[in-house]
Amino acid sequence: MIEALIFLVLTIIKIGVVVGVLLLIIAYLIWVERKVIAHMQVRLGPMRVGWHGLLQPIADGLKLIFKEDIIPARASKVVFVLAPVIATVPALMAIAVIPFGDTISIFGKSIDMVITDVNIGILFILAVTSVGVYGVILGGWSSNNKYSLLGALRSSAQMISYELSLGLSLIGVIMISQSLSLVDIVDSQAKYWFVILQPLGFLIYAISAIAETNRCPFDLPEAETELVAGFHTEYSSMKFALFFMAEYANIITVSAVAVTFFFGGWRGPYLPPVVWFLIKMALCIFFFIWLRSTYPRFRYDQLMKFGWKILLPVALLNILITGLVIILL
Amino acid sequence: MLISYLPILILLLVVMGFAISNIIISALIGRHKPTAEKLSPYECGVEPIGSARERFSVKFYIIAMMFVIFDIEVVFLYPWAVAYKSLALFGLIEMAIFIIILLVGYVYIWKRGGFEWE
Repeated sequence: MIEALIFLVLTIIKIGVVVGVLLLIIAYLIWVERKVIAHMQVRLGPMRVGWHGLLQPIADGLKLIFKEDIIPARASKVVFVLAPVIATVPALMAIAVIPFGDTISIFGKSIDMVITDVNIGILFILAVTSVGVYGVILGGWSSNNKYSLLGALRSSAQMISYELSLGLSLIGVIMISQSLSLVDIVDSQAKYWFVILQPLGFLIYAISAIAETNRCPFDLPEAETELVAGFHTEYSSMKFALFFMAEYANIITVSAVAVTFFFGGWRGPYLPPVVWFLIKMALCIFFFIWLRSTYPRFRYDQLMKFGWKILLPVALLNILITGLVIILL
Repeated sequence: MLISYLPILILLLVVMGFAISNIIISALIGRHKPTAEKLSPYECGVEPIGSARERFSVKFYIIAMMFVIFDIEVVFLYPWAVAYKSLALFGLIEMAIFIIILLVGYVYIWKRGGFEWE
């Protein structure tokens, strides 16, 4: 009974800390992105609110809460209100199975630095994040706006197309580690990182992850020159903020999965594991922002052709090569 | 083993509470001055022409169907990948046959122009 109570309290503390840190990272990620892109374009970015604009996320949040909450007259109201929730909830949930540190012991009780170690961890992440596409398509459809509908259709077609190669790119790692649990996958990288054994798999993962999160150069759903703002054209106030949060939470999730699968997770010398995990994740996220300020946007037919005709066969080839190498060794 | 899913349930409740309370708070404290123009669909300031509930390209349906077919393939590959080292050559040949059957369909879609967008 006492055991169960301790387990419950520990879980709630862990969830509180992880969700709190996640939301803080999301808030400051927006500031980091604006700053990094500004400096890459020889501008200063936000400077007014706080030292070098450090309080900008708080100001933005307050502004969005006090904004008028518009529900268009011709929208399907229930779906319109639910869509941002459907987009945000899975995006914030995927973090549950990602290990961010080694097991530590406090007062003789060992605590895993992961909310829960499910033995099908990566399937859970793929399943939960693919629910996010419903938020996008329901949001776009219920707005009853042509731009929103077109943006939502494009976005969902893109997301489901690249989900295939995303799923296939991780199979090589699973064949080596023989487990779907993310804790086991980090453990099997004690000697070397899987990016060395699976360079092609990592490349495919990186490309499909960028496409999955609708980021530049795959940001067609928000191609503002043709679609205004894509599926969230009609959204305002906190509903818009929730879509925004979902996008950044997805970036954090795919970066965390990349670190866990290909860069040895929290493993690293000298510094504490949690610090290593955060450093590696920050570098992945920086790569996302760097891409955005460097590359122009794809054309839609190029995007779909690339996903189906190149990425999918190459991902299957990667599995075949991995399979042959495992047998020969 | 089922106990390891309890934290996920708690997390679901926490995150849903966060998202829903955000919407409720902003609906309560935001200003409300709706006008007919404000509530009309945004079409770059021009009077909206027709409804958005129109037919759209059949291409999107085809993409969705192809996704279902190939996603099942991916789902089959996951348990296979976990057990791969014990299956060894037998596993590789078995999966190769399964994927070749799927690839026949893939080549057919390619030849019929299923991946082309004009």
